[in-house]
Formats: sequence, C-alpha cells, structure tokens
Amino acid sequence: MRISRLTNVEVCDKVKEEDLLLLNPIIEKYRNKKGNLIPILQGAQDIYGYLPEAAFRKISKDTGLRLSDMYGVATFYAQFRLSPVGKNIIKVCHGTACHVQNAKDLTKALEENLGVKDGETTEDSLFTLESVACLGCCSLAPVMMIGDETYGNLDGKSASKIIKKLKKVEAK
Amino acid sequence: MSKTKVIVGMGSCGIAAGANKTYSVLENIKVADSLDVDLSKTSCVGMCYKEPLVEIIDESGYYMYGGIDEKKAKEIIESHVVNKNPVKEYIVKSDKFETENDSYFNGQVKIALRNAGYMDPESITEAEERDAYDAIKKIGSEGIDGNTVIQTILDSGIRGRGGGGFPTGLKWKFAAREESKDKYIICNADEGDPGAFMDRSLLEGDPHAILEGMLIGAYAMGSNQGVIYCRAEYPLAIERLNIAIDQAREKGYLGKNASGIKGFDFDIYVKEGAGAFVCGEETALIASVEGERGMPRRRPPFPAVSGLWKKPTNINNVETLANIPYIVLNGADSYNKYGTEESKGTKVFALTGKIKNGGLVEVPMGISLRKIIFDLGGGIQDDKKFKAVQLGGPSGGCIPEELLDTSVDYDSVNSTGAIMGSGGMVVMDESTCMVDLAKFFLNFTQQESCGKCTFCRMGTKRMLEILTRITEGKGEHGDIEKLEELSGQIKDNSLCGLGQTAPNPVLTTLKYFRHEYEAHIYDKKCPAKVCEALLTYEIIADACTGCTLCARKCPVDAISGAKKEIHFIDQDLCIQCGACDDACNFDSILVY
Repeated sequence: MRISRLTNVEVCDKVKEEDLLLLNPIIEKYRNKKGNLIPILQGAQDIYGYLPEAAFRKISKDTGLRLSDMYGVATFYAQFRLSPVGKNIIKVCHGTACHVQNAKDLTKALEENLGVKDGETTEDSLFTLESVACLGCCSLAPVMMIGDETYGNLDGKSASKIIKKLKKVEAK
Repeated sequence: MSKTKVIVGMGSCGIAAGANKTYSVLENIKVADSLDVDLSKTSCVGMCYKEPLVEIIDESGYYMYGGIDEKKAKEIIESHVVNKNPVKEYIVKSDKFETENDSYFNGQVKIALRNAGYMDPESITEAEERDAYDAIKKIGSEGIDGNTVIQTILDSGIRGRGGGGFPTGLKWKFAAREESKDKYIICNADEGDPGAFMDRSLLEGDPHAILEGMLIGAYAMGSNQGVIYCRAEYPLAIERLNIAIDQAREKGYLGKNASGIKGFDFDIYVKEGAGAFVCGEETALIASVEGERGMPRRRPPFPAVSGLWKKPTNINNVETLANIPYIVLNGADSYNKYGTEESKGTKVFALTGKIKNGGLVEVPMGISLRKIIFDLGGGIQDDKKFKAVQLGGPSGGCIPEELLDTSVDYDSVNSTGAIMGSGGMVVMDESTCMVDLAKFFLNFTQQESCGKCTFCRMGTKRMLEILTRITEGKGEHGDIEKLEELSGQIKDNSLCGLGQTAPNPVLTTLKYFRHEYEAHIYDKKCPAKVCEALLTYEIIADACTGCTLCARKCPVDAISGAKKEIHFIDQDLCIQCGACDDACNFDSILVY
C-alpha cells in the first residue's frame, strides 16, 4: 500500500524560522483556491528539497488546511519526501524495460558503492539512492538519472564508475 | 534554392542519449564557420534505438542520420553540409536509397503521431503549417454543431486509447447530454505504466494536437474548462504544453470566443500529478485534481454526471485526443478504413525490452504481434530466442510464442488474458524468468494500491509474499492454487481497474508458463537463471587456472584451492551471490 513507501519518518528539522518565510509567496498564490493542497506541497518541496515538519505547521496555520489532510496527501504520492535528501539524487529506473535488462544489478552495485540501501542518503549528504517506476527512456534501458543527466545502457560496473567520477568531482 | 535544414531530435529520449551535446556542437560549428543553414529542433520520431537523430534536408534530398554523437556531428557537417557528400554509413533513412531501417517505417500508419518528430513542437507556426487548429476552424466556419461532431467521432469507431477501450463518441455523448453551466474536459496524461512512453512522446512532440483535441471535445460537449493532468516526471512535456497553451491563447484559439466561435469560451491549464499510478483511474484522478489522496470513488455517479467539483466531466487519454483533429478534419472514413470490425484506426505502441529496434510504432489495428516484433522491431537482440511479449503493463499479461499471430485488436488481445492497455509492449527473450516478471508487476501494483479495498490492499501483498517465496526456492506444493484463488478474489472484490487487473500478470504467466512455476517450486530451479537463490555455481575444472581471484572475492569463504590448482565451491556454504562468476576472467564458473 502506498503509505509503506515511508522509510524514514525521523524528523530532522534544520529549517529555521526565517527560512519559513520563503513559503509566503506560495501560500499567497494558492490561499483559498480549491484544490490547492498538492500545489502548495509541491511548491514547498521545491524550496527545501523535502517537506519539513515546520513547513506543514506554517502552511496549516496560514491557510487553514488540516495537518492530517496534508500528511495524508504527502504520504500518498511518491513525489513527496519527509526527510532531507542528498545533494545528488540518483534515480535508478525500475520500469519493465529496465527490469528485464537487469536494473537490479545497478541498484545492487550502487548500494555497495555508496554504502546505503535503496531510498537512503549517504552520511555525507552527497547522494540519495532512489528507485523510480519509469523514466520513459525505455530504449536506453537500463537507465539511471542523476540531476538532469540521464545515463543509459548501463551495467553494475559502468554505473559504479559514474559514481566514482562524481565522488571525485565532489571531493574537489 | 532553399537553405539546407539541419534538425536535431530533442525528445526526452533523444536528450537522454545526448542530443543536447550534439545540438550544441552543431550550433558552435554553425556560428564559427558562419554556415548558411537552418538549425532547428524537433521531437521524437519514434526511432529511439538510433538516438540521437539528426536530419539534413537539402536540395539533393532527405537524409536522417542515427547515433550522432559530438564527433559524428562534426563529421557529417564537414562531409555532407560543406562538401555535399552524405555520410552513407550513418544514414538510417533517406528518400534517395533504401536502408535496413525501412521495414521499421514501412509498416506504420501515422495518424496520432502524424506530426511528432516532423516539426518544432515549440513553434505554433510550424504546427499550423501542418494543419494544427484546421479542424476547429472548419467546425467554426462551416457551423458544424456539437452533435454532428459527436456523430463523426462515433462513426470513426475510435475507442479510448488509455487502455479501457470504451468508445470515445459514446463517452462524449453522455457528457454532452448533461445540463450544467460548468463542465470539464480532462486530458489524462498520467502515463504510469512502467515501460510505456507513447503519451510522453505525443505531449513533447505535438502538444497542439492535444489542445485541439480538447477544444473539439469541449465544443461538442459544451465544456468551458480543460485540465491536463500530467505526470510531474515529464518536465519537458509540461514545459512544452505550457508554451503551446500560451501560444494558443495569444492566437485566440483558447479563451473567450475560442477559435473564433462566438459564445464558445474555453481555456486549459496543466495540473502536475504527484506520482501515483492509481491516478490513471478516472475517479482517482479527479480526487487528485481536487487536492486529495488519489483514491477511486464508487461509480455511479459516473464522471459524465458528477465528476470534478461534482460537475459533469469527461476524461480522455492523450493519444485519443491526438486523433480527434485528424478525424474531424478528414472525416470518419479516413480513420475507420484502418483496423478491424470492432477496433478501428491505429494504435501507438512503445516497443521495448529485448528488441532490436526499440521505439515508438503506430500501426493499424489488426496487424499481428509477429509483424510488429519481427518486421518493424527487427526481432530479438543478439538473435536470441523470443519467449514472450508483455502487453498492458501491470494490468496486462504475457503472450507466448505460439500466440504471436494474434491480431492486435481489443477483443483478440483480451482473449489471450492480456489487455491492449495503453500500448506498452515489452519483448522478452529466454533470459527473462516469468515468475520473476510476475513478481515484478505484483510488487508494483502492491506498492501502488491505494489501500481502499481490502482484497487489493491485502491480497496483492499475500500474492507478492508467495511469489517471493517461490523465487527464493521456498515454494511449496499448493502455492500455485493459492495464487489462483487469491487472483479470483482480488478481481472480484476491487473497486477500480487497478485491483481488478492486478492479478493478470500472474494469471497469464500461470496459463502459458506454468512449467516455470513448477520448476521453481518442485525442482528448485530457475530455467532462465534469474532467481539467484535457485542457481548452482560450480567451477569447471578444465577451465580453472587457479588464479585464486574467485576465492578472494567470495564473501563467505566457500571457495577453496591452492594457487595454480583447481578451485572448488562448497555448495553448503555458497550463498549464490554470483561474485565468483563476476570475478572470473576465464569463464570457468558454470551456472545452472
């Protein structure tokens, strides 16, 4: 069921009071509009990269949207995150085409390389490893996406190589 | 003499394959050498297996180059554009000579995809040159009334391309007869089937066709507001849709007295989905647009009576809408001359998996699966043996080799136990394990189940547990029967299509590949060598050089043997991780 997507509910709120002011334009834009809950949460996540607890509370206070409704929606849709993510989000495609072309191997190799499980973030907050349903470039399967860059026709080894390179860039 | 045109294919898949780099190289050369060429972008022409694609059109003819990276881009400019000498080895299509790719194009009939890949999707003028908005203009200038439009759609025989296959004209008729000041038309662009990208390609390649399809629908049904519900995972599609909407507003196609039709006020906005497969279901989609959890509602009332904000609402799939302007402009006969008695027109498929020519194909209904896979698709990668083709994604099923001559139409495909679905067609060879594949889909539907109906929520979980057990070598006698029983219960007791079809991947693999399940359960073997726990690793004595690499890589110290002597795997210790096989440089590990 969809709520089982929640892997890490630990709230690590690093958001300061003044950072919450960033929400004001979004709240203004969608206040009192019907169907505004999802766009507000999407806007909030665009700002912080995830949905901090403090943001939930502020949105609720300013718009009158119920916390329970917001939490319900945030845990229902795959897009929303409740914990901070790494600087680089590695999305490994597990669509059907990638699955039959051994996407499993990619995730396995990356888990080993990064020392985290699927859905987790590395301790240095540089990488988050994520499985996604379909990136829509099935002809390049298996595929992963880091930032806006898509890498195709991979195997465990070539995927690890790309991560190694990125680690070097980050170390600089 | 007209200028030489250089066009780069920049759909998501092209960009993923590196089309951005190719484009900037071309742009740099153009500026640096002050080349007198028209450099432009288009979207995906469907030939994904040859991305990045660059087309060159000059006075000598039409040439499409495939697999053009930065280096090759320089090469073709140098040779073709400057020295007028086409580089034949990279050319995948031309009007001057035949290529091995012609079979890919020749079997296709492009109606929905008529413009995708043939124009710049961000230019409304190019779209207009290719007949965009001519259908709605025809309606306006000839004063065709809504009922006549609906009759044309009914006559064309088009059925919903999202998977359900409900006659589109009938759906419009239901919404049209409702009396209401506000009526909605929603374009369902929440393409969630993992392994399908037809809609994405259409949205990216020909957004104006979707807008015009909605305009025509809105006119016919008396709707005043359109919503495009698009996956957030398709950023390029959303961007191009918004550009197209702005252009259409500016030109007066949308807005007050839309497209110059007096009293017809209609506008469209894009709503970003937040990622939930179940939102492809009409009532769940409506709940999501309203800002709630995307959980399906009981029908009736149907959306045509009470949908978005309790107003009459009509929902059509992207591909369906893309066909509408063509049908209205060219008449119902131009569409229903293709296809079979019950399934008219054409259908777009995303051909992927272990296929040589992976990409998008649009074919007339009634064509055989064999023709699509072996003629258009070019057969199986590495000339391996075909095993099955999966149609309809998580709601569909696997069709085996003996049924390859099945005609592609709604009823024939349904009779195999699969469904037509939205058009994902994943081809599998002998290295795909059917039990593992069934597990893959069940895992997907289990995660995506919204949790409302008990049988879908719990039943899929139980089925997944049984399948996982089987693939781990812990299958028991009676498991197959349990799967069948659960399947029946989930189908009968789920509210929406997700649950009602969730067992299909298991049922079809059981129907056609029961022996594979039995091999897993009784022989503890995976014939396709996919399920790790069921594999046995042995060292081939004749091939082993005693290099000790495998023994060093083995995480559980199951491999023994002195240097330069034949090594041995202790089967009691082996955890079947495959590290030895990955490490061995001499192919001395036998896996069975």
